[in-house]
Amino acid sequence: MARIVLTKPDIDRALTRIGHEIVESQRGKTGLVFLGIPTRGVFLARRLAEIVESIQPQDIAVGTLDVTMYRDDIQQKSTRATAPTDIPAAGIDGTTVILVDDVLFSGRTVRAALDAITALGRPDTVRFAVLVDRGHRELPIRADFVGKNLPSSVDERVNVCLSEIDDTDEVSIA
Amino acid sequence: MKHLISTRDLTREQAISLLDTTADMLEVRGRDVKKLPTLRGKTVANVFFEDSTRTRLSFEAAALALSADVSTFTAAGSSVSKGESLKDTLQTLEAMGADFVVLRHAHSGVAETVANSGWIDAHVINAGDGTHEHPTQALLDTFTMRSRLRGADARGSGLDGIDVTIVGDILHSRVARSNVWLLNTLGARVTLVAPKTLIPADVSAWGVSTALTLDDALESNPDVVMTLRIQKERMTSGFFPSESEYSRFWGMTTQRLARLKDSTIVMHPGPMNRGLEIAGAVADSPQSTVTEQVANGVAARMAVLYTLTGAES
Repeated sequence: MARIVLTKPDIDRALTRIGHEIVESQRGKTGLVFLGIPTRGVFLARRLAEIVESIQPQDIAVGTLDVTMYRDDIQQKSTRATAPTDIPAAGIDGTTVILVDDVLFSGRTVRAALDAITALGRPDTVRFAVLVDRGHRELPIRADFVGKNLPSSVDERVNVCLSEIDDTDEVSIA
Repeated sequence: MKHLISTRDLTREQAISLLDTTADMLEVRGRDVKKLPTLRGKTVANVFFEDSTRTRLSFEAAALALSADVSTFTAAGSSVSKGESLKDTLQTLEAMGADFVVLRHAHSGVAETVANSGWIDAHVINAGDGTHEHPTQALLDTFTMRSRLRGADARGSGLDGIDVTIVGDILHSRVARSNVWLLNTLGARVTLVAPKTLIPADVSAWGVSTALTLDDALESNPDVVMTLRIQKERMTSGFFPSESEYSRFWGMTTQRLARLKDSTIVMHPGPMNRGLEIAGAVADSPQSTVTEQVANGVAARMAVLYTLTGAES
């Protein structure tokens, strides 16, 4: 049975808090670029950028970073469809990149994302924001901003729904 | 997907996914760092029993862009001239560590034989077999059509409702065959135009219409005119009286281009015989996609290599 762990108001509150934490960590610096990892990280990146802009008015570039071709399990798993990468026209050199994803699990996606960023430019700083951290890291990676720490067992499934594509906002575990 | 032998084997879903992946690979080609780590540690063997410039270089560029190692084999100057069989040649290459075999051969069906014979375990990609198929050319051609005609909305779409005229030596053309099957799968309407001597006797099962002269075909104002190379090396048995007659009835001339709508694109797989099947001015016009096709070819081959890499599901 799927158990709901975050409802829409929970998600909204978590994102608002992360927004404040990002503003705090900026210490007045501008030049933020939010890069969402497809699929759901992209929508979270857009929401977070909007929240941060409303807290502290500034121009934030939002893009999409597909990490599929940088994964280390390409030859073990069946072929994953790639997604478009869309980097803001001004590039990411010298910016603060906030990587955004829905779930942090093994950490391998983030590792791939860091490689992908290296191929695209040299940001001053890269930070990582995630809605749900479910544990079970396989690499020495942690998130800078976490919506909810969700202890889980390895064979459980964490399912994130966002209204942009799933017609509801909800995180459940099964 | 383990091998790519024929565009007939592709479902519509697979074909569209390959075109979408091609678009993503093309974006990578525009980055500062053009290399992806995807095939690190893998070896792509280009095995060419027949001459080729662009296909071989294109596969090489694609493999290198995905960080694979490339070894190139050409029949000329190899042990084939000492009588080594196809099977022994391929098993030798695999023993040296080939994970992918990109195969071109003058005989139809060789790629299929190699893929299904159990001789080798490597992925086989057909890079042109006789007059049979050249699937990666069809993928880059359909990708070029889709991005030119659909622009930013291309992703996820087929070629439904697009009118494509293919003119030239259909009889000997593996490019035409691969394109016909793939265009059918993607929902395009295809018209074949050729002298009667250069079209197979019966194409009723191909799902295409035919026209006798290029002017007849252009009446319907197609979205795409694909010209094929007159393969002079195969023009030994008097398929048409003279080159000027061919050009008059089946050549893509400036006058014919002027009659088409501005959005119509003119394609050619190369190498071109300028002035024969395509006028120089047409090949250099903004409506021509000739150089775009070459650039897209590398991305399309990257997409194929990437797609074949995953484990069988």
